[in-house]
Amino acid sequence: MLDQIAYAIPFLLPGLLVTIEVSLITVAVSTVIGIVLGVGLVYGPAALRWPIRGFSDIIRGIPILVLLFFVYYGLPLTGLNLQSFAAAVLGLTIFKVAQVIEYVRGAIETVPRGQMDAAKAIGLPFHERFFYVIAPQAVRRFLPPWLNGVTDAVKGSALISLLGVGDLLFGIQKVVARTYDPLALYCFGALLYFVMNYALSIASRALERRFSYIRE
Amino acid sequence: MAASSSATTPLLRVRAVQKSFGSTHVLRGIDLEVARGEVVSIIGPSGSGKTTLLRCVNFLEPYDQGSIAIDGVEVGYRGDETRKRRSERDLARMRAETGMVFQLFNLFPHLTALQNITLGLTKVRGLGRAEAKDKAMHWLGRVGLTDKADRLPSELSGGQQQRVGIARAVAMEPKILLLDEITSALDPELIGEVLDVVLSLAAEGMTMLTVTHEIGFARDASQRIVFMAEGTISAEGPPAEIFSANQSNERLRSFLARFSAAHRL
Repeated sequence: MLDQIAYAIPFLLPGLLVTIEVSLITVAVSTVIGIVLGVGLVYGPAALRWPIRGFSDIIRGIPILVLLFFVYYGLPLTGLNLQSFAAAVLGLTIFKVAQVIEYVRGAIETVPRGQMDAAKAIGLPFHERFFYVIAPQAVRRFLPPWLNGVTDAVKGSALISLLGVGDLLFGIQKVVARTYDPLALYCFGALLYFVMNYALSIASRALERRFSYIRE
Repeated sequence: MAASSSATTPLLRVRAVQKSFGSTHVLRGIDLEVARGEVVSIIGPSGSGKTTLLRCVNFLEPYDQGSIAIDGVEVGYRGDETRKRRSERDLARMRAETGMVFQLFNLFPHLTALQNITLGLTKVRGLGRAEAKDKAMHWLGRVGLTDKADRLPSELSGGQQQRVGIARAVAMEPKILLLDEITSALDPELIGEVLDVVLSLAAEGMTMLTVTHEIGFARDASQRIVFMAEGTISAEGPPAEIFSANQSNERLRSFLARFSAAHRL
């Protein structure tokens, strides 16, 4: 079994890198866009809030695989023909943006109303109230679901092998097709996913501790 | 925003202010003036609109009709015929002229006592770090908390938190201080330390508008008492008159009777 795995490793490494790359891009882009849209959802005018609300509700109501197929197979019919890698990243990112929007909304809304009142009362304009008073407190509530979402992104990225993207799962399947030993290979693949996510959850606990000093 | 600070204009002038929350008419035409250096306390049953009125003064709550002016400058809406809501920047500048202390303290939990005070001094008043710190330490000293400067709010007692809240408000050198039931959330034995600070500020001539359930404090600290009931000012006058035994205002009399009955228990 061990030599099976040793044989497989060179084939899996590129896939592992693709999985990490896709996860990183997805998380980074969706976090930035999701925070902007999430803040818009909470504080924006109705003309901004409603489209964001609609986007988030619709996307979160669609299975991620359907979304990926839609981007890869559906969008070309509208003239937007994406390579499988780009389609995969776009699909996962759209999905993730909708989630981050909700994390942001939830985090901001749990900051007591009196905080905004107190910040107004000392004469801070909106952007300073947000940056110096609301955001530092919202971060603590944003982190746990967001960090969970990062591991979800790593796991969810396995779906992109269905678009033919050469990720970790794709690599495993290629080796299995050659060696006919699915048990050893899938066990090893599962272990690789687990190691990545376990490292992430250790890092996330450290990050949460960093912000745990904020108490009401 | 030209200020006319002649001695004859009241510092705060509230005229015919109306405010509804949905179908609830909370303020039904409020007229009130507070002179420079005056301490006015608003009392009344809960739901009478006291806190809403106070929150309208610094526009934490927008009002529907009427006008509120501080030092001759309209607070939430432009003084001209358009009555347009002021811009975010103007509102912030107006609010910096009023200090507010809250029932639940509302200290910023991620900042130390000192930082709670310096935030406004540096960002709003534009003081340098050192200058802001000196000023904040001065006010922490005034409320007796010099040794707690580097503590987070969660490490302070309720009375200490509220004293930081007062220091945060007065350090901004507001023209008027709004106190919203600032002892209601405190254990009885901590109320005294907070009221002492307020009394010393009053003695120094700070203009204050307070909403309070501390009848004794209202009597001792204020030049004038305003009794609100059902969204209107039902009675108004110096403490001796308001709390006099032969008070003719029926609603005020029954409020005070119920109040003292509850407090003798």
